[in-house]
Amino acid sequence: MLHVAIATRAFRRYSTYRAATLAGIFTNSVFGVIYSYAYLALWDANPTAGGYDAQDAVTYVWLGQALLMTIALWGGGSTDDLAERIRTGDVAIDLYRPVGLVGWYLASDLGRAAYHLLTRGFGPTLIGFLLFDIARPSSWLAAGAFAVSLVLAVVVSFAIRFLVAATAFWLLDQSGVKVMSGAFAIFFSGMMLPLVLFPGWLGTLARALPWASYVQVPADIWLGKHVGTDLAAALGFQLVWAVVLLAACRGVLRLATRKVVVQGG
Amino acid sequence: MPTDPSLIDVRDLERTFDVRRRVEGRRRRAREQVRAVHDLSFSVEAGEMVGYIGPNGAGKSTTIKMLTGILVPTGGQVRVAGLDPSRDRVELARRIGVVFGQRSTLWWDLPLRDSFDLLQKMYRIPSARYRENLERFVELLDLGRQLDTPVRQLSLGQRMRGDITAALLHDPEVLYLDEPTIGLDVVSKGRLREFLRALNAERGTTLLLTTHDLQDIEALCDRVIVIDHGTSVYDGSLAGLHAQGGSTRTLVVDLVDEAPPVDVPGVTVRRVEGPRQWLSFPADASAAPIVAAVASTYDVADLSIQEPDIEDVIRELYSREG
Repeated sequence: MLHVAIATRAFRRYSTYRAATLAGIFTNSVFGVIYSYAYLALWDANPTAGGYDAQDAVTYVWLGQALLMTIALWGGGSTDDLAERIRTGDVAIDLYRPVGLVGWYLASDLGRAAYHLLTRGFGPTLIGFLLFDIARPSSWLAAGAFAVSLVLAVVVSFAIRFLVAATAFWLLDQSGVKVMSGAFAIFFSGMMLPLVLFPGWLGTLARALPWASYVQVPADIWLGKHVGTDLAAALGFQLVWAVVLLAACRGVLRLATRKVVVQGG
Repeated sequence: MPTDPSLIDVRDLERTFDVRRRVEGRRRRAREQVRAVHDLSFSVEAGEMVGYIGPNGAGKSTTIKMLTGILVPTGGQVRVAGLDPSRDRVELARRIGVVFGQRSTLWWDLPLRDSFDLLQKMYRIPSARYRENLERFVELLDLGRQLDTPVRQLSLGQRMRGDITAALLHDPEVLYLDEPTIGLDVVSKGRLREFLRALNAERGTTLLLTTHDLQDIEALCDRVIVIDHGTSVYDGSLAGLHAQGGSTRTLVVDLVDEAPPVDVPGVTVRRVEGPRQWLSFPADASAAPIVAAVASTYDVADLSIQEPDIEDVIRELYSREG
């Protein structure tokens, strides 16, 4: 109940910035168009690159644009609030609460993600559908699995952002680590280029890292590249990373309260 | 269950921090251990109102953090309501309330009412109890008109009253107040103290108060614990603090003409400013013979006596420790 209330509150808080939302949808759409033409040129040269056809490639572009804000690929979301509260010492107040910090900020981030999915997700997707030949999910099962995969993508991204924010306990400021983590995220999520195009060991590595959960896995589920046990394995991959990283968040938090002085007071 | 009868029990508490310090001419920073709190023992019974005072950096906040479980002691023992704070932090959180004068526990973008509703869910306060408490505190603290105002738009005094309500909705057994009256005007301070006294009398809530405003202590606390350099230097009644601190009273003499410092047995001249002189003498000595002695030797225009100031008493204690 409490966590639903927290998520609802976060949703409402983001929904007050209407102009920013519209500007964001416009930006995502412009990038969607640019990437689409670039990918079309690429697939014109090699029509089966990475096992995708041209329609898959364009669909991938627009899914990426829809996911960008939903998973907060660049960082941001409730974890930025956390980093700021660590810096100012207000996190002490969060620690006085009879609620776990990880669950609290996760609920808040899911509320934010829901808002960004409805606006920054659906908005550009609609534009994409109007301008390009985008593939729909291959089946109802794929659509349902995509929804689950999306939630897991947000959780994995949250956990990584939480760990980045927690560095503020030691460094006071997360921004350096955040920029670095953002660079990893954009490259290894498949946002810049689908991971299926990465050759050899780099591809294997990229597909095993948690960032693959951000864009590559949900997109492949949408495109019907994972079916049957393969689909279960794809979701399992995300789930394992989500569990491992959330556990790491709890561990780091425990370490922080044990070793570090909470600022101020 | 053979639990300790005291609500708060602190035994030989110690907290050290590793600090790295830059050393001239060396590339690596030297590691150094700083003892923020050491050999600290005290206990507080249910229903007490205790002032926890000391200069900045004495270890007050460090102690409070250990009492609430957000900092793990490096030595000694803490028990609050029979719980080990750092191990049972979440369980303990349901039974304590915390108020900071310098930061809000409310959500700045939410109206007060929504903050309170969120707290009800967080602390799982039964609806009837919640409504009853909210109604009572809103009335006592005169918050009725602010309930629908976002916290960021509240004045400091209103926000403080909101924070106190927020800390009390779940009926905590212990309330920690960290500089609760800082920045408030005289009227707001008075009202707040009155409220806290009533809270203690009616509900038996135990108060532990850190403050630099000694009027808070004088108005609220029967007992003070003075901490300096990480350990307790005094624990007892306010009256006892005067005695221990070597309290002095001050005789302010306005002479008719400027004069060198007066020479009267039993007094020390603290200050001379033109024809006015400040003479101090032990708080338990009678002023009468001193006044008589001064008046018989000098031409006196006016006289007044200043009672001992607790602030001076504490300053005296601090300087002796240092």
